[in-house]
Amino acid sequence: MSAPDENFDTVVVGGGVMGATVAVRLANAGQKVALLERGGLCMQASGVNAGTLSIQIKRAALIPYAMKGWELWRNPHEWLGADAGFNQVGGLTLAFTEDEAEMLTERMEARRQNGAPVEMIGLNRAREIEPGLSDKPLLASWCPMDGYANSYQLGDVFRAKLREVGVAVHEQTPVDRIVRPGSGPSRGNGYTAWSGDRHFTGKRLVLAGGVWLQELLWRDFGLHLPINCRVNQVSVTERMPPIVNTVLGIATSLLTLKQSRNGTILIGGGWQGKGDPERGGYEILPENLVGNLRLATYVVPALREARIVRTWLGVEGNTADVMPLVGDVPGAPDAYIIGCVRGGYTIGPYMGKLLAQYILGQEPEMPLFDPARAVMAETDTTAQATHDTLSA
Amino acid sequence: MSAEGQNFDVAVLGAGPAGAEAAIAAREAGLTVTLIDEQSRAGGQIWRAPFFQPEQEEIRKSPDLADGERMRERLANSGAKTLFGHRLWFAAPSLSLSTVAADGPHWMSARAFVIAAGTTERIVPMPGVTLPGVVGLAATTILLKAHGVIPGGRVLVAGVGPLVYSVAAGICQAGGSVAAVVDLSRPSEWLAHLPALAGRPDLLWRGLKWAFALKTAGVPMRFGHTVTAIEGDTRVKSARIARVDASWQPLEQIEQIDVSCVSIGHGLTPATETARLIGVPHSFQAALGGFVPELHADRATALPGVYIAGDCAGISGAAAAQLSGRLAGIRAAFDLGALDAVEFERRAGPVRAALKRADRFGQAISSLMTVRPGLAQAMPRETVVCRCEDVTRAEIDRAVLAGACDVNQLKSTTRCGMGPCQGRICSEAAGDLVAIASSRTRTCAGQWTARAPLRPLTVSELVGAYEYDDIPKITPLPG
Repeated sequence: MSAPDENFDTVVVGGGVMGATVAVRLANAGQKVALLERGGLCMQASGVNAGTLSIQIKRAALIPYAMKGWELWRNPHEWLGADAGFNQVGGLTLAFTEDEAEMLTERMEARRQNGAPVEMIGLNRAREIEPGLSDKPLLASWCPMDGYANSYQLGDVFRAKLREVGVAVHEQTPVDRIVRPGSGPSRGNGYTAWSGDRHFTGKRLVLAGGVWLQELLWRDFGLHLPINCRVNQVSVTERMPPIVNTVLGIATSLLTLKQSRNGTILIGGGWQGKGDPERGGYEILPENLVGNLRLATYVVPALREARIVRTWLGVEGNTADVMPLVGDVPGAPDAYIIGCVRGGYTIGPYMGKLLAQYILGQEPEMPLFDPARAVMAETDTTAQATHDTLSA
Repeated sequence: MSAEGQNFDVAVLGAGPAGAEAAIAAREAGLTVTLIDEQSRAGGQIWRAPFFQPEQEEIRKSPDLADGERMRERLANSGAKTLFGHRLWFAAPSLSLSTVAADGPHWMSARAFVIAAGTTERIVPMPGVTLPGVVGLAATTILLKAHGVIPGGRVLVAGVGPLVYSVAAGICQAGGSVAAVVDLSRPSEWLAHLPALAGRPDLLWRGLKWAFALKTAGVPMRFGHTVTAIEGDTRVKSARIARVDASWQPLEQIEQIDVSCVSIGHGLTPATETARLIGVPHSFQAALGGFVPELHADRATALPGVYIAGDCAGISGAAAAQLSGRLAGIRAAFDLGALDAVEFERRAGPVRAALKRADRFGQAISSLMTVRPGLAQAMPRETVVCRCEDVTRAEIDRAVLAGACDVNQLKSTTRCGMGPCQGRICSEAAGDLVAIASSRTRTCAGQWTARAPLRPLTVSELVGAYEYDDIPKITPLPG
């Protein structure tokens, strides 16, 4: 395709939940928006995560944001259009040892103080809520807000919404480089994103490239913003009769477990596979699947009879302080970053709302997360994306 | 727990003609070899060992059975360590392999890995294909060969290729009743392949014996016909058949036949999931049965240490499979330093030449079975394509219209291919329909991304007995 010199108010790079939400909101506010995605919409972390929309497992500092994100999932019409399978079933987090019980109590107290509706309960009450639970837990925390949605359907739902609000969606469009056409005296003329011989110019630029932000920021902006690449394994069973009602987790956060409406059971918890930003997740670690399943059957013994039909990998980006990046690209006017939100599936839509408010010149409802804090001095160039693997 | 297990020079997946021969060839070069197969005995599909004492003379003396017995004996004397009843569920590019067996999970590693995974039966679906009483031709073959069981009462045998006649004759010989044979090919198309068949008089003779058996039994033959629908409430009661044009598009003329069972198949497609999972590049070649791994010299691949033998690299038949297995085993031995260049050439040279001849014959038969586009084009909208998730052609067409342009996007839109068969049954039909609906090539429509486990695994098989302390822990991320 030869390149029509199209100009946009904003060019968004990255079609996951955060980039897509920003694009929808800016378009709703009257902007002409292009969304560039190197693969398909929501085919990476936003579409391959285990779909958990739980409040109680979020970091204490992010609880207020998670509550707002949860509201958005419950009312998807303004930002997503259709329902993406939101299901509020409540959630339990379990402790099996004294140490875990202590950590769970401490963490849940901090989260409760920040607004999470969590209560600590004993085994009997937990088994009333979740009859399939084993008799092993010492203690549990219960949060009736917890739930899930169908992450794998998100790309389809967003595609329809983005089309409806007039965003120019370009999938299979990897961005090779971003340049400022008017560098030097005429700064402020915006940014041009090139993909092969196609180019897209916007007055503003939003970088929503997930775990690929590190490379993008270094290549096109000369910024060192180290992003730790985690490669999470998720597994699913074939359809089963109902054996789990709620979203289950454990204090060490090494398990998430839920049964979808269609009967399949999703098992995750951040057990690591092999991968990197360049290749994505490329190889599961079978011993980590076994570990993950051992935890799962320790929690719900009936799972022993289930059959696993798929295990896959999703890459997740974390900053050094494991806190989000939402705000300006340091030193680059009218360019913004959004990403690295731990629990980004739940919180992402709200982070998108905040960034859209900021871009539109409104006061964001809640504080952003200035990316400048995570940028390292240029002399410290050894920072590399790493991935920590579970060692047996 | 650790994924470290036993080490072998060569691991082979699949104990059919290709895999068994690869194992034997590698053993002959002095290497340690393990041969993995999910069945309880070697033989694969074609040389499957019976679980019963065949009464009929024809079955006892069948060449497949004799070939199989010969191979099983050679394998037993080869010194290869056989792991029967083992399902391979993961293979890493580092050649560490994960299996499960009745006694739980096993881990092993190898310096070379020969994949000889065989084929998957292909059925282009039609309305009623999910009714009880519909079985695949290959599945019928297993019933007949391994268990001595005749499917159903009055059986309609339909589809394409030699398997149609082998199954129909097999049912007659075993005392069953064949209502009719419905062959997509016309006699003229069979005759066009005679020159290739003439190179294998043994097989030509076998084909003539099948034809004679059917003639003797008075079985009605419908050449150039297809089954357009299978009917019945809770099980098969009848089938509708129609003549087809040159692209296999059914024509109007319709005949209804009362039957209680339909045995149907549209050829075979290479079982590529293991090769895809480990990372071997594939490309689409309709004449070879679908997507096939890209092969380098002597069955090697772009992945160091990974070799592919037999029909999982393209449908070519048992004779070619055995030779390609032998070549892969010899090549692996050479690459591992167990054979010098002179000895390698001495062993490989004749095998290469014989393989070339066998491929010529095998691929001629395979080309006869190449599914033509008319079948999928004419598939009615209500036809169930993905039987695990009940996805119809209409839903696939709608998904493509909404923007899905390859089978993986189709999967997330419709759940097509996400059930317990892991997409093995519907992959070819789904790919064809995506290509048709999007007006793109079959290459563009792509293949499912291969995922572990390679077979559905019951959780209890994997986790075994354990205590909480046996589960590895890591430092949790900050709260």
